[in-house]
Amino acid sequence: MSEDQSFMLDGRRVPFQDGQTVMTAALAAGIYIPHLCFNPEFAPHGSCRVCLVKVNGRVQAACATPAASGQIVQNETGELREIRRGILQMLFVEGNHVCPACEKSGACQLQAVAYYVGMLAPHYTHFYPRRPVDASHPEAVIDFNRCILCELCVRASRDVDGKNIFAVQGRGIQAHLVVNTTSGKLGATDFSLADKAAQVCPTGAILTKHRGYEIPIGQRLYDRKPISVVGDVATVAESKGGRRHE
Amino acid sequence: MAESDILTQTIHEIVQRHGGAPTRLLQILRDVQDRLTWLSPETMDRVAEELDLSPIKVRGVAEFYSFLYTAPRGSYDVLFSDNITDRMLGNRELLHYLCDRLGVHVGETRADGRVTVGTTSCTGMCDQGPAALVNGHALTRLDKPRLDRIVELVNRQTPLTEWPREFFEVASNIRRADILLGRHFADGAALRAVLKRRPEAILEEMVKSGLRGQGGAGFKSAAKWISCRNAPGEEKYVVCNADEGEPGTFKDRVLMQDFADLVFEGMTLCGRVIGARQGFVYLRGEYRYLLPSLQAHLQRRREVGLLGSDILGEPGFDFDIDIHLGAGAYVCGEESALIESLEGKHGVPRIRPPFPTTHGYLNQPTVVNNVETFAAAAKIAVEGGAWFASRGTAESKGTKLLSLSGDCERPGIYEYPFGVTVRRVLEDCGARDAQGIQMAGPAGHMISARQFDRRICFEDLATGGSFMVFSHRRDILDGVRNFAHFFVHESCGFCTPCRVGTSLLRDLVTKVHTGHGTRYDLEEMRKLGRIMQVACHCGLGQTAPNPVLDSLDQFPEAWERRLRSTAFEPAFDLDAALEQARQLTGRSDPDAYLREEELMLGAMP
Ligand SMILES: Cc1cc2nc3c(=O)[nH]c(=O)nc-3n(C[C@H](O)[C@H](O)[C@H](O)COP(=O)(O)O)c2cc1C
Ligand code: SF4
Ligand code: SF4
Ligand code: FES
Ligand code: FES
Repeated sequence: MSEDQSFMLDGRRVPFQDGQTVMTAALAAGIYIPHLCFNPEFAPHGSCRVCLVKVNGRVQAACATPAASGQIVQNETGELREIRRGILQMLFVEGNHVCPACEKSGACQLQAVAYYVGMLAPHYTHFYPRRPVDASHPEAVIDFNRCILCELCVRASRDVDGKNIFAVQGRGIQAHLVVNTTSGKLGATDFSLADKAAQVCPTGAILTKHRGYEIPIGQRLYDRKPISVVGDVATVAESKGGRRHE
Repeated sequence: MAESDILTQTIHEIVQRHGGAPTRLLQILRDVQDRLTWLSPETMDRVAEELDLSPIKVRGVAEFYSFLYTAPRGSYDVLFSDNITDRMLGNRELLHYLCDRLGVHVGETRADGRVTVGTTSCTGMCDQGPAALVNGHALTRLDKPRLDRIVELVNRQTPLTEWPREFFEVASNIRRADILLGRHFADGAALRAVLKRRPEAILEEMVKSGLRGQGGAGFKSAAKWISCRNAPGEEKYVVCNADEGEPGTFKDRVLMQDFADLVFEGMTLCGRVIGARQGFVYLRGEYRYLLPSLQAHLQRRREVGLLGSDILGEPGFDFDIDIHLGAGAYVCGEESALIESLEGKHGVPRIRPPFPTTHGYLNQPTVVNNVETFAAAAKIAVEGGAWFASRGTAESKGTKLLSLSGDCERPGIYEYPFGVTVRRVLEDCGARDAQGIQMAGPAGHMISARQFDRRICFEDLATGGSFMVFSHRRDILDGVRNFAHFFVHESCGFCTPCRVGTSLLRDLVTKVHTGHGTRYDLEEMRKLGRIMQVACHCGLGQTAPNPVLDSLDQFPEAWERRLRSTAFEPAFDLDAALEQARQLTGRSDPDAYLREEELMLGAMP
């Protein structure tokens, strides 16, 4: 009976099953809804707000809205594009994203989503927060300047790796990613590149050491095709420029 | 004993007193800090060990709440309430006066470690400000002579218990009473009614009464109780929301101070109706001064059989109430954040649905109601739904407690039937010269004199009860800017548009208010505000732009006056040239901009 359930998204009928959200049902139907903190392997988080759609006329996060029969969902509208663009602009000024100097440029989901929603330049005044880079780990670097607080590494380390290495601390604009050791350094943890947490970051915040620029600019993940076609960095294999281990 | 052993012992005792329950983490950290003045990394690690929690979790909680300190703090910790109503009463001058006399900078601890002076969001004493907290205890009616005494007491290291009692006196200031505050209520009457008439009958009265949530959103209370009653669950819970964080609101404080039994009775009634055995009062940290009297009320109720097991001799009618203290986080008034906080976590609102009525405290069905809602429910159980519904308007039955403050002669609590006009309220409280009202707090709406004939009810002007009057002597934008800062401070930081948007909005408001904005900035504020209203995860972020958007509509002249003159366009914009330097240094404070006179000089040939 549950196969008969469906809702309408931008004029298309989207089937869904019990327990699916607007996001997961759309994804299964091959429809792209921009997102950053959502990853189909994890419970929805609802924090980035990039996936906003209109459900029966109300703006809601697609990743956190249970699918229901008869919903009328709007996704690709000018109004939503403008809201999503505004949110991307906020993420870019909150951190320090110097894309030309970033190893992940071209293979960064944040950047790709920004392009997708039509954000070509920063808009708001930059906050220029002072955030250190942590290179204490032999295999990985964390550049907190590029963290967008999606908590995917937090969830992956806690729920999949069972290591609980990351957490977000502080309130409001003080919120920041921390590493669960007395020194706060990644080098003091048992973090490993094989961890799920190493494969989910949508930005260049978590990077592999001793490897870089293996795929030349121009041929990177999102250089030729938009994210709506290519998919998330976490779902694309490393050899193809994504983050997923083969 | 070595120092570290004493630390371990102290923490062990406190944790044991709380039954070693991780849900009590916030309460434990509060108690530990009371003993040690701050939470050092070592302290937090010990707490984590005792509770078998990850250290990062304990730190996460400690970092979230304003009143928990992870850096050393003076043994006297003075926090000035910094609501706009305190500012109207001159709190900034007093703040600087106290700092000068104590030889300390705002927000810093004196070198001898004895005292820290800072600011905090509205402490709910708007009718008797300027107000402050000292080690969490409310100080009211501050003035220079009082501060002089405080300086002496601090310098002599006099314990708080020996400070003059009148410093801590909190008046109720009930100026107008109607059915809720005015009629006598016999303890236990509502519980006798539910035993005699059964829960179904009480729910019918609730439906008839039309009672709606008094916390502001106005959800039908009967529907909430019924939904929770019908929800499957092993345990059910009753939660009284006494977080009252909305600046300018203090009616729940007065209810808890003068009508605690009525509120407890409403909670116990709810427990009987939905089938719960445990209730919680989530009391904002600012009201900790009420704790002893509330505990005494609870104890008395247990002794006379109105709380505990077999209430009123009815076998199986078991219900008890626990009080949790908040620790300085406005977002914890949002019901799902409140529940997170009750569970001992940091207060980030949950994804809804599911709602608390099916998945609340410990994921069990939970009713969360405002203090005033429980008080009204108790009365309805006794007097009947029709009695309550005889007052008010078609969609808003009964009465509403308003907290009046700001520019009026008689600030305090006013109880009106729903439907009263703003004008009538202004007359009653002696606000002769009102330019505008901040209704329902910063999250509510700013209205101008053109709208004083509007009525206070859910059909027109809905409110949780805050009513702050701005006279013509005031600059409306002082209020807007104060509120913009409030939201930056109180954003939980979970979602992008609130975490970042509140800061962007504050910077834009500051820019225009200090005379550096253009028409473009006004349009920017509008656009940003509209995004925040629809995009944020919870009500905090969704309402944060209201003061800006309302004032742009209602008081355009207040903004226009501040715009840089477009008639005179300097060839070279000195201030704009400084923009890059501002960005590089991350500054957006007023001093980072040139003043208007300096700009004119800069433009001279
Ligand atoms: C940011 C925020 C703060 C809130 N603060 C309070 C509060 O202090 N007291 C309150 O009763 N409700 C507050 N609410 C509303 C609660 O979420 C909830 O609707 C209310 O407690 C339900 O009780 P009621 O139905 O009796 O009004 C707040 C909501 C938000 C979004
Ligand atoms: S993380 Fe992405 S958006 Fe940030 S600097 Fe790198 S490429 Fe740019
Ligand atoms: S480091 Fe990456 S995955 Fe982790 S919270 Fe930041 S942006 Fe998300
Ligand atoms: S993807 Fe839905 S809120 Fe982030
Ligand atoms: S809900 Fe807390 S920041 Fe948006």
